[in-house]
Amino acid sequence: MSVVDRQEWDVVVVGAGGAGLRAAIEARERGARTAVICKSLFGKAHTVMAEGGIAASMGNANSHDNWQVHFRDTMRGGKFLNQWRMAELHAQEAPDRVWELETWGALFDRTKDGRISQRNFGGHEYPRLAHVGDRTGLELIRTLQQKIVSLQQEDKKETGDYESRLKVYQECTVTRVLKDGSRVSGVFAYDRETGRFFVLEAPSVVIATGGIGKSFKVTSNSWEYTGDGHALALLAGAPLLNMEFVQFHPTGMVWPPSVKGILVTESVRGDGGVLRNSEGERFMFDYVPDVFKEKYAESEEEGDRWYEDPDNNRRPPELLPRDEVARAINAEVKAGRGSPHGGVFLDVSTRMPAEVIRRRLPSMYHQFKELADVDITAEAMEVGPTCHYVMGGIAVDSDTAAARGVQGLFAAGEVAGGMHGSNRLGGNSLSDLLVFGRRAGWHAAEYATGLAADRPPVDEVQVDAAAAEALRPFSAEGVEPDTGPPENPYTLHQELQQAMNDLVGIIRREGEMEQALEKLAELRVRARRAGVEGHRQFNPGWHLALDLRNMLLVSECVARAALERTESRGGHTREDHPTMEREWRRVNLICRLTDPTGGLAATDPVRGQIDLTRETTDPIRADLLALFEKEELVKYLAEEELYE
Amino acid sequence: MSGYTAHFKVWRGDVKGGDLEDFKVDVNDGEVVLDIIHRLQATQAPDLAVRWNCKAGKCGSCSAEINGRPRLMCMTRMSVFTPEETITVTPLRAFPVVRDLVTDVGFNYQKAREVPAFVPPPELGPGEYRMMQEDVDRSQEFRKCIECFLCQDTCHVVRDHEENKPAFAGPRFLMRVAELDMHPLDAAEESGLDRKKTAQDEHGLGYCNITKCCTEVCPEGIKITDNALIPLKERAVDRKYDPLVWLGSKIRRRSS
Repeated sequence: MSVVDRQEWDVVVVGAGGAGLRAAIEARERGARTAVICKSLFGKAHTVMAEGGIAASMGNANSHDNWQVHFRDTMRGGKFLNQWRMAELHAQEAPDRVWELETWGALFDRTKDGRISQRNFGGHEYPRLAHVGDRTGLELIRTLQQKIVSLQQEDKKETGDYESRLKVYQECTVTRVLKDGSRVSGVFAYDRETGRFFVLEAPSVVIATGGIGKSFKVTSNSWEYTGDGHALALLAGAPLLNMEFVQFHPTGMVWPPSVKGILVTESVRGDGGVLRNSEGERFMFDYVPDVFKEKYAESEEEGDRWYEDPDNNRRPPELLPRDEVARAINAEVKAGRGSPHGGVFLDVSTRMPAEVIRRRLPSMYHQFKELADVDITAEAMEVGPTCHYVMGGIAVDSDTAAARGVQGLFAAGEVAGGMHGSNRLGGNSLSDLLVFGRRAGWHAAEYATGLAADRPPVDEVQVDAAAAEALRPFSAEGVEPDTGPPENPYTLHQELQQAMNDLVGIIRREGEMEQALEKLAELRVRARRAGVEGHRQFNPGWHLALDLRNMLLVSECVARAALERTESRGGHTREDHPTMEREWRRVNLICRLTDPTGGLAATDPVRGQIDLTRETTDPIRADLLALFEKEELVKYLAEEELYE
Repeated sequence: MSGYTAHFKVWRGDVKGGDLEDFKVDVNDGEVVLDIIHRLQATQAPDLAVRWNCKAGKCGSCSAEINGRPRLMCMTRMSVFTPEETITVTPLRAFPVVRDLVTDVGFNYQKAREVPAFVPPPELGPGEYRMMQEDVDRSQEFRKCIECFLCQDTCHVVRDHEENKPAFAGPRFLMRVAELDMHPLDAAEESGLDRKKTAQDEHGLGYCNITKCCTEVCPEGIKITDNALIPLKERAVDRKYDPLVWLGSKIRRRSS
């Protein structure tokens, strides 16, 4: 049917954020010809929005820090549901990944003795985040981007062509991973600018597409975050892990409405900012959960002393892990102690001199000044929870980042599950991107090289089917004339966001999630009629119509898993099951496509498209368990695990 | 909430040509121009092409010209206009139009490739870098750049002079040369690369006559002209006209 342009590569990386670029650099440096494909312009990925820093136990600010302490903090933050081997590798390798960035030209803020400065962050025992003011993500993405350019410069010198070994296909979207039996054979994509389809043939595909936040109404995520990689993996037959865990960052902007959800960095609190309710009370002292009681200050005085003397005081509860703070803010607002626009107050103006605020938090100063007419050096900010990050994701092997069940498929970064357990600590995301981006690129290159000439061929039938699927929105009317009129993709998207926000949001209830599944089923049927006007050249309506498939699939995973897990843990809070249950710690929830062969044929609203199964997690290795006190472990582990 | 109906003129078309199209559209309290463009997409023009991403002034995607001035749409609040005012949104003028508000910014990616990368000092391994904050401040200012390319768009050297593009890197990439030149550990010079000289000889620094247009449009407030271009020019001039100074600095640096 279609004559589609084809190119051959060893490794294709889908996504050009921190994980994707780091994977591409690694694959290319290991000799694989590597293509990167991304929806935005090169260098605009969502990673640029990361503000606070990269967590790595370099010990520059406090020499007591080491990988074991970082590992402990990460496990605590994730409420011990983390894929522990990932948490171990992450803690061990993060410092090397940060230092490596310096050799590629990154310029972090410095300590007095000229090393990389490290700042405090929620859930981290010591100051651990390498940072550049509050624009660390930008520094990360620019450094990786410039490293890629430098590799291309080398290739130019050698081969005369910048893109002979490493090419970035920018503003292109992958809609399908192609397969030959159980092996990856390439990807099907379209160029956003021209609308033209093309196929990249490759035995290795690294998915590094980030998160799913655009399925929620109030989110800090950009338009790209439509769960593409999660959906691509599902459609290729790979399972997703623990999709119920969605992080609501405690501090998003709440006013004006058009900026609702935009992130206010945790550095504001790390550097001394405090949360107050409408009565002027620092309410976080009332919300320290039992598992963290010994680690946090009991009085404002102690909390304040900690900034200067962390060895003899405990940290203020504003620096609890994000899930705790988000729930507390939610509860304060619900109890009628919120700010005028439905948030709480976050104040640095009474805590630091204006000039220190402007130096340490320049982007925040700028953001509030420009977008909300608020001078944060003179008044408090209004903030509230915003959908920020998904802990769940593609189930991967810890060491190789290989997806389960599909040979040649790898995943790294936010799209991969497991690393952060039920809740991610701030700063652990950027380090995750680097550690597992590198591992994914390494193993993808190794796998591709190992195949030599035995490469899986691309199946013409799959290419035609993918092209037909992508063209469907242009002929929405008349495909199934009896089922109803064409639907506006923008309207469908808004309804989806509202449903997920209201029914599967920060606090969850059984009845509401059942309602959400019904709504998702209805939207799924209507989305088949999503129609667009115009032609294929840079047509945002068409792009959205195609992205809807992904958002609907992923939203169903979130809702089904959230309904199944009858406890509260990390980024999953059930009003009807408010406590954390030790028995659930050993349970992973796995989502698979119900009918992987039939694509999106399933429109039966009751049956759904997603099958959910439970799996028992691997027991935590004894030497890692030994890093914790027994008294702490009893709070998390089931009886049997403790005796083993 | 004080909503009103605004009058927008948005350029629509493609490489073959196009025109301003009139729209009446609702505006709510606190909104920015990008919100209005999105409302047009959702309600009146679903295929209106626009680039955007973070909607928080951090990624530099939604550059356009608003009433003739290069700006980020996500950081231009509707409150800076009166309700009676007609707001005209057009694509960046210095780059070829792809469709509607989207332009082909490939020029910038090409120029980025022409600036030689950071040269790591061979004697230092990862983790051994030591730099003082006051020494990285200058380059850090330039690394705040979000690559929105508004400076490239406004710079008169290329804005209406396509013929200058091959020889001129533009403010963004001259600033990149300055950034690397001021990096305390960049070992370019030791490797035989004189960055200041390349600014002049290969990246067209001489075209810049410091009118500061780039600085004026920079959404990050980077003092491109004063802090990057002028220092680069001064040193380029030193070298160009005074080989002894150049030689002297070379010897001094080696022996220190």
